[in-house]
Amino acid sequence: MYVAVKGGERAIAASHAVLAETRRGDPAVPELGVDQIEQQLGHAVDRVMAEGALYDRTLAALAIKQAQGDLQEAAFLLRAYRTTLPRFCASVPIDTARMTIARRISATYKDLPGGQILGPTYDYTHRLLDAALLEAGEVPPAPRAPEPADAAMPRVTALLDQEGLIRRETGDRDAEPPDLTRAPLTFPAPRALRLQNLARGDEGFVLAMGYSTQRGYGGTHPFAGEIRYGTVAVEIAPEELGFAIEIGDIAVTECQMINQFAGSRTEPPQFTRGYGLAFGHSERKAMGMALVDRALMSRELGEDVTAPAQDEEFVLSHSDNVEASGFVQHLKLPHYVDFQSELELIRRLRQEAEARLAEPSREAAE
Amino acid sequence: MAVLARADRAALEAALAGLDPPPSWTVLRAPETGMVMVRGRAGGDGAAFNLGEMTVTRCAVSLACGTIGHAYVAGRDARKTELAAVLDALLQTEAHGPSLRAGLIAEQAARQQARRQDALRRAAATRVDFFSMVRMG
Repeated sequence: MYVAVKGGERAIAASHAVLAETRRGDPAVPELGVDQIEQQLGHAVDRVMAEGALYDRTLAALAIKQAQGDLQEAAFLLRAYRTTLPRFCASVPIDTARMTIARRISATYKDLPGGQILGPTYDYTHRLLDAALLEAGEVPPAPRAPEPADAAMPRVTALLDQEGLIRRETGDRDAEPPDLTRAPLTFPAPRALRLQNLARGDEGFVLAMGYSTQRGYGGTHPFAGEIRYGTVAVEIAPEELGFAIEIGDIAVTECQMINQFAGSRTEPPQFTRGYGLAFGHSERKAMGMALVDRALMSRELGEDVTAPAQDEEFVLSHSDNVEASGFVQHLKLPHYVDFQSELELIRRLRQEAEARLAEPSREAAE
Repeated sequence: MAVLARADRAALEAALAGLDPPPSWTVLRAPETGMVMVRGRAGGDGAAFNLGEMTVTRCAVSLACGTIGHAYVAGRDARKTELAAVLDALLQTEAHGPSLRAGLIAEQAARQQARRQDALRRAAATRVDFFSMVRMG
């Protein structure tokens, strides 16, 4: 029997007010501006855009403010917002070879065309808390080289491709890719669907799955062939115009993992690649994604599927933190009636068990 | 269109305000914010996949002479998008096209190029210059 539960309205309204007051914090402290979040919490903005699957820095910053810095909640807000917007079209695939590079490194080639460009990274910081940041202060300008970095840099995988040592991308370049936002996930999932799923997947989950492959659960002996971060132009070709136009730039991080492949009956021994691409500056995400992308190729490459990271149904069904968070947190909703029936069931089972316990002694007595 | 999409709104306002007589236009399609699904390619050069969406605003206008202007601009700035559509139309006219190209478009293109060059020079300053330690004996 379902019993409608009413009477929470006043409590909910008061809870909203408490939430707003808590979010604001001490009124003596100046309120945080969305522009400050956008400018000074850039990695949080990037993560929310990637997992919210919507590139809009201001809206992501607003979501972060509204969610009090809870980045998963902020991603949820962005996902909810995107459902209110029409989609005009899809872009021409972005060309990361023409990226305006801010950072570009390779762990496989020391000297490569364009060079190793460190850009903004925490890699060489000492991870000591910087007390200087407790106070506001001027930041000295970063140095500029006399000559700009190359406007276009070849991908490291292209260098290996010249020797034929790396497995080529096999997919149809002109095929219309499947879209998770339009059709539910089905298995086996084609590569394009897996990449979309991983690109919007939870960074922590994708990182952990990638990490598991390094620890031996479906190991692929990866090398970070290349990681690049910078801005790329987004082009669309609207029907009414009949030609492609640039609508602006977005920042993305790309990772090419190079992995061993012993070869199969049909293919010679060669390197394979795992690919990671994420909105914003999200290296950890892009690297984890590239590791998992490669692990999920096991089936196509004829490798044994033994580890969790190679199990596409497991990985792809659990990567989305909006879905995961929703299903875990729905447990907070009233389950009063469900629980009452469970309670009655347990009571009855106990009575029956007690009755059974009492019986043998009677038998023994007889 | 690429230059207009990346220009500051203030620059577009100023360019239009500087025209004599001020242009008049009819809005054919009011500024509307929606999304573009951004695509990438597997491995950077393979089959396309859907990376995620981005906000974009579009608008179409018509000048008194009948010239139609379109704009698609990343983000949600309705005013800027309408101005970009008007300027797109004006750029197609003989009366304003050459002067706008020489003025607004050239200036904005130069600014955008300078910003990009500065970003690339800042990146280039962090390029690693490897040197080998030669062990003697």
